Amino acid sequence: MGTILKEYKYTPAKIVHGYSGKSLYINLSDLRIEEKVVTEFMKEKFTGGKGFDLWYLWNAVTPETRWNSPENEIVMSVGPLGGITQYSGTGKTLVASISPLTDIPIDSNAGGYFGPLLKFSGWDAFEIQGKAEKDIIIFIDGNNGLIEIKEAEEYPEDSHVLAEQLTREYAEDEDDMVNVSVVSSGSAAKHSLMGLLNFSFYDPRRKTVRFKQAARGGLGTILRDKKIKALVVKYKGITPNLNNAADLATINKVGVKYHKQMHDLDSKQNKMRQIGTANTVMIMSQYDLLPTRNFQTGGDPEVVKIAPEVFINEWLTQGLHDGCWYGCTMACAKCADHFLLTSGPYAGERVTVDGPEYECVAGLGANLGIFDPQAILEENFYCDTYGIDLISYATTVAFIMECYEREQIGPDHTGGLELRFGNASASLELMHQMSRGEGFGKLAGLGIRKLKKIFVEEFGADADLLEDIGMEVKGLEYAEYAHKESLAQQGGFALATKGPQHDEAWLIFMDMVNKQIPTFEDKANALYYFPMFRTWFGLVGLCKLPWNDIVPSDNYKTSEPAKVPEHVQNYVDIFNAVTGEDIDKDDLILQSERVYQFQRVFSVRMGKGERKDDYPPYRSLGPVSAEEYLSRKELYDKQLRDFQGLDPEKMSLDEKIAKLRAYREDQYEQLMDAVYRRRGWTMNGIPTPERLKEIGMDLPMLLEVVEPKQ
Amino acid sequence: MIKVNTEDYPWHSGMTVRNLLDEKLFTFRHIIVRINGKYVPEEDYEHFTIRDGDDVIVLHLIAGG
Ligand code: SF4
Repeated sequence: MGTILKEYKYTPAKIVHGYSGKSLYINLSDLRIEEKVVTEFMKEKFTGGKGFDLWYLWNAVTPETRWNSPENEIVMSVGPLGGITQYSGTGKTLVASISPLTDIPIDSNAGGYFGPLLKFSGWDAFEIQGKAEKDIIIFIDGNNGLIEIKEAEEYPEDSHVLAEQLTREYAEDEDDMVNVSVVSSGSAAKHSLMGLLNFSFYDPRRKTVRFKQAARGGLGTILRDKKIKALVVKYKGITPNLNNAADLATINKVGVKYHKQMHDLDSKQNKMRQIGTANTVMIMSQYDLLPTRNFQTGGDPEVVKIAPEVFINEWLTQGLHDGCWYGCTMACAKCADHFLLTSGPYAGERVTVDGPEYECVAGLGANLGIFDPQAILEENFYCDTYGIDLISYATTVAFIMECYEREQIGPDHTGGLELRFGNASASLELMHQMSRGEGFGKLAGLGIRKLKKIFVEEFGADADLLEDIGMEVKGLEYAEYAHKESLAQQGGFALATKGPQHDEAWLIFMDMVNKQIPTFEDKANALYYFPMFRTWFGLVGLCKLPWNDIVPSDNYKTSEPAKVPEHVQNYVDIFNAVTGEDIDKDDLILQSERVYQFQRVFSVRMGKGERKDDYPPYRSLGPVSAEEYLSRKELYDKQLRDFQGLDPEKMSLDEKIAKLRAYREDQYEQLMDAVYRRRGWTMNGIPTPERLKEIGMDLPMLLEVVEPKQ
Repeated sequence: MIKVNTEDYPWHSGMTVRNLLDEKLFTFRHIIVRINGKYVPEEDYEHFTIRDGDDVIVLHLIAGG
């Protein structure tokens, strides 16, 4: 099906020590397909994965480029460790582009088989530039060295249908289906700015296509703007050493040790193999960290209805190995099988729902005041198949619901939809509207930053209130953790380069509960080390979860248990064993910092990435409303007494809220100063030439951006 | 009075580690308890008695998210 528009034959490069040494470039405007050499310079400065993505992206765009400019690229890369099968979590693909929500580089990662199969097909990275005239599919056949671009007008859009169809079409038979992986989005991606990418893998036991998502920042929206319906890769012949590692014996040894820990300890620790990341929902609620009703509070008595046990006992299939790449014994990619849909175009069908992950239950559940597991699974399914980032969706709808309840918007604006907290059918209808590009759903798909402007300018809403309760920074919606009582995590979100996602730093327990980082300097050190360390997963193609969602039984004896030193050493050993290099744990941080600072300078080049762009909405820092203050009155009154020497008994509620706000905003300013110093930035948030020189990144292209701003 | 994670906390006679964890609602499974620098294994929580003036650290291990 579909006319072939272009064919390109190539000789798949042999992979040596984790790199094929080649990257693939496709320009859809003129159907140009080229091969590029991955240089030693790229490996030294950018390592791979997200580093390669950002390097290619920088060279493709100008400061004027926006998400829908033809020169904007989607770049993806799996990194040098990607695809090894002896350790857990080694199949992550990193994707980068200029985001429609933020206008700066976004990066997002996904499991599934696409990235490793792409590398084994001969490509360390894949750049897609330009725009096709009509809907197309790009197919890469890694065994036969063939790339095809073909018309795809007649293919469906929604991922669960499209990926199933393409997997069957490109596989020779049932056994061959595991060798095919599809990247696609869905019908809502082209009507919203929060489109995601689904990365598929075929599950031979369930006989169905499963998905992991590169969800953040609107990558699916860009895919559809380029008129790409899907990317398909096929590679048959996965064997244990396709990376041609320098020292396979060490990888095997480290892998066996790790798998034993997983086998012995997971049931005593986080139960990742039973429920996946959603294991933390009750814990977050008990520690006042589960964002509830647009981050107003950190939990709710009704959370028991969406507790992990409910999903384990009533919805999720147990006992199947749910790894999203070969060799992952953490196997956290859980799903609900034979789920009966009750709304939308697929109502009445039984489907497999991938998830729910923590963000899904927290975001589509508690943050919307929806404590109904069936509704959450249905929202989860539709977000995925329609190609909607459920984090941006949930945080945006939570904002809309609060605006509705505070009478900033009303039924006249929403087309009659009663968008109140807890209204699951209204949330689902909004999603279906987004998929059809209709009504208030289409507006909601613009995300919080644009909605604030529309609500104020066109609907007469209160601008100050909306600034305080709209949970976005840099244009990206917050991930699903309530964090007002952790100053370090306030910075972890708002000072994250791409926007408030928790993959840079999750410091809430260290800061708020353990009190391990009491001073500004302590917090700044944590906001240096963890973002740098966690960046590294994205450079090499690894999943973060196996690092600290299980820890060795003697981890408590180490001086820095939060860093999980044994697992860090595993990563150093595996990196050296694959690449033949000789790095240590400090070099690992250096590799990360080079890319981290590069990305910050990239943001500066695109017009963001300065102090003004690092401010959170006040709800991130403290109580906006009287109800929020009263929900933690004892704590806040104590803080007024202890930290500001005030007598709360003599103050009105408004005075208390105002005084606390002044204090907390000042604390955040001091945190910014400390973090900027620690990261080697000016007080305006610009990396200094001296810092860039220290880490070997004083490249002329970077100095040209930062020097005028010193 | 005892210290719990550097902050003052009222002590009462016969207080065990388990009592303290329950009072503080420290329900997370994956924690480490140290009293005056000494590690207390989980199997001892029920009967290990905290003394007045003790310095208790309850480390929650996830750095996760
Ligand atoms: S830990 Fe979970 S998300 Fe990570 S690679 Fe394994 S199955 Fe995939």
